[in-house]
Amino acid sequence: MVAQLTKNERQIALVILLVMAAVGLAMAAGGRNDPFGVHGALVMVVAILGMFGVISGYYAPEPPEDRLDSYYDAPSKFGIIAAMIWAVIGMFVGDWVAWLLAYPDWTFDAAWASFGRLRPVHTSGVIFGFGGNALIATSFYVMQRTTRARMPDQLSPWFVLLGYNLFCVIAATGYLMGVTQSKEYAEPEWYADIWLVIVWVTYFVLYMRTLARRKEPHIYVSNWYYLAFILVVAMLHIVNNLAVPIAWGSAKSYSLFAGVQDAMTEWWYGHNAVAFFLTSGFLGMLYYYMPKRAQRPIYSYRMSIISFWGITFFYMWAGSHHLHYTALPQWVQSLGMTFSVMLLIPSWVSAGNALMTLNGAWHRVRDDAVLRFMMVAAVFYGLSTFEGSFMAIRPVNSLSHYTDWTVGHVHAGALGWVAMITFGAIYASVPWLWKRQAMYSAKLVEAHFWLALAGTVIYVFAMWNSGIIQGLMWRTYNESGTLAYSFTDSLIAMHPYYVARAIGGLLFLLGAVVGCYNIWMTIRTAPSAAPETAADRPVLGGAVLQPGE
Amino acid sequence: MGKEERDPHTGYLTTGHEWNGIIELNTPVPRVIYFFLSAAALFAIGYWILMPTWPLGTTYTKGLLGDDVRKDVTHAVKQAALDRAVWSARIEKESFADIQKDTALMEAVRETGHTLFGDNCAACHGRTAQGGKGFPNLTTQSWLWGGTPAAIAETIRVGINSTHPDSRTSQMPAFGRDGMLPRADIDKVVAFVRSLTHPGAKDLPADKVAAGKALFAANCAACHGEDAKGNPEMGAPNLTDPFWIYGGDAKTIEATVWNGRQGHMPTWEHRLSALDRKILALYLVDLRKPSP
Repeated sequence: MVAQLTKNERQIALVILLVMAAVGLAMAAGGRNDPFGVHGALVMVVAILGMFGVISGYYAPEPPEDRLDSYYDAPSKFGIIAAMIWAVIGMFVGDWVAWLLAYPDWTFDAAWASFGRLRPVHTSGVIFGFGGNALIATSFYVMQRTTRARMPDQLSPWFVLLGYNLFCVIAATGYLMGVTQSKEYAEPEWYADIWLVIVWVTYFVLYMRTLARRKEPHIYVSNWYYLAFILVVAMLHIVNNLAVPIAWGSAKSYSLFAGVQDAMTEWWYGHNAVAFFLTSGFLGMLYYYMPKRAQRPIYSYRMSIISFWGITFFYMWAGSHHLHYTALPQWVQSLGMTFSVMLLIPSWVSAGNALMTLNGAWHRVRDDAVLRFMMVAAVFYGLSTFEGSFMAIRPVNSLSHYTDWTVGHVHAGALGWVAMITFGAIYASVPWLWKRQAMYSAKLVEAHFWLALAGTVIYVFAMWNSGIIQGLMWRTYNESGTLAYSFTDSLIAMHPYYVARAIGGLLFLLGAVVGCYNIWMTIRTAPSAAPETAADRPVLGGAVLQPGE
Repeated sequence: MGKEERDPHTGYLTTGHEWNGIIELNTPVPRVIYFFLSAAALFAIGYWILMPTWPLGTTYTKGLLGDDVRKDVTHAVKQAALDRAVWSARIEKESFADIQKDTALMEAVRETGHTLFGDNCAACHGRTAQGGKGFPNLTTQSWLWGGTPAAIAETIRVGINSTHPDSRTSQMPAFGRDGMLPRADIDKVVAFVRSLTHPGAKDLPADKVAAGKALFAANCAACHGEDAKGNPEMGAPNLTDPFWIYGGDAKTIEATVWNGRQGHMPTWEHRLSALDRKILALYLVDLRKPSP
């Protein structure tokens, strides 16, 4: 890794690591026994290890000039491996908490093993660890190829990826120590949030610098979506995490918002995290890997335009549907509901455009599990966006809110759409990145596909049943006009579905483990691919391609 | 523009752009999409006109239907209370004995009591009210502070060893820890107490039991009574029945005598209405199984 950096970059890396080590030391000293101090020590150790790494490679020869003749893919390789590691961690903890819900005594009486601390390890592990690494890795890959431009330097992609993973580690270890600001999907505390801002702005600048160097006259759809993802996530993250720490040496902070304003800010963030992290970014992935793998043109450029602007515009308004029938004023709720309903149309245009792209390639969908991952992802994208708009309608929400139906909906999107498109993209990328002819075993990809699909279907059906039973039990009155069931009664009714859900999750986790093995074996043993052609290389010099060139 | 080519499969033209081998068709947006976009927009606009939706500085558009969920819910809550008043007013007014005689009222008590108990009491006493270690079984005839509906309602109101000024208070002293009885004497008392529920057991020699009986009369009878049948006035449990809060085995009884016990039940006066507490008391009496 260090050998790929120029002398100048090695010096900058040392300076950055030195600053980080100093900040870590200050945090450790200021935080003492607070988890803040533990995280300071962690940062310091990581920075010092990094410095050793850079120093040991410092006098290695500089990378050859012809490095600029090919795309810089080493960070993408790292990101994909990191994504798979986080997938196994995040899904393992997810299945763990699923069993914990069915058998709540399994906490070993330890604070760190309680549901409240483990659950964010699962959500952050899969969303940020698995999803985020996959997004960054594929975005680097896709942006270089669709702009025919190499990334401008070697250091900033590493800063983004390693910095981002440091954020994920601080987040997950913090949860186990009880560090949380109690905002769903934004649990990390102020110091982790500040670090993520620095990383994320670097990511944005790197993306813009590469786009500015592009040789293609037009910007491909994937880049619209990746860029929307990077830009909006920065905005959401900064606003929702505005907070004042109680002391410079403490992990604890208080939000700038209070009461219903805080709830609305949180769900403006939360819903747009679904929109711009879990949808927009992965649509960027779909728009590159699906036509590549299917070897078919995108069905309609015009539909891409309608869905892109529809999704980006409508999503921004829809967050208040998470707060139906709460202290939030009715007008905010109903306004959010109408935008949520309108949102269905561009969402389905996207899903339809993806599926129509497969026309003429259905035989490949049949034979190629990698492409089938992507096809099923598009189907689940369509299903869960329909369900989302449906659940945003206030009377429907009065049944579904606070029940497992919401959990089922989220997982139809997270397992069926986000994870499936990611696995599809990773299986497509690994042979390309490591210059292999194909994945080590097509049969194992096939096995992973069926494990993932079975797991998702079991999970989602269990939660639909559980959620609707729960919702109905909570609103059933008896003859006397009082509630017929206590909360405990509904828990007992949910138990068999909780066991089924945990089994579904286990299948999904097994699939990811099979995937890890297959990727590992591909990297180690699969035969090398044919040498790359000019089309696999960036265009050099000042020349700009003409349209269609 | 670039080279626009016709896709042989769909028959549509490409846009003439190409990125890393990816091309796009310039397929026109299907009519049906415009139709659904318009339909969704019309629905939204209709909803905006009819319902409160848009902010206007310090106020908001009220909508032609004048819908107001806060008013709706206030009204619905009031109406539901009125509907329930058919029976709830009678439960509030009438005596426990009169209510217990009325099958229709007792049906309402059973329905409502189940949920009230499940949501408020089950956390300690268990979903089926059979208690657990440290938490009394409420389905027996054995009641610390009396098992009449009135006594139960009062216990729920003030709690036991709670913060309520009228709280029921009782304490089993730590006879061993505080040096009131030596270990050997405690052994004898325990033997006597066990003999009450296990008469003639092999590990309970008659002389030890007799010695324990004398010690019991001197140290324990003040609360538990000469006959060890307890005293609901002081919250002292009956030691002759098979129901034990902490356990009736020799080891647990010995721990109880050595370290004492101070059970706790919270006061529910400010958490449940008088009506709800009355329903719960009636519910528990109704739930009680005939003594074995």
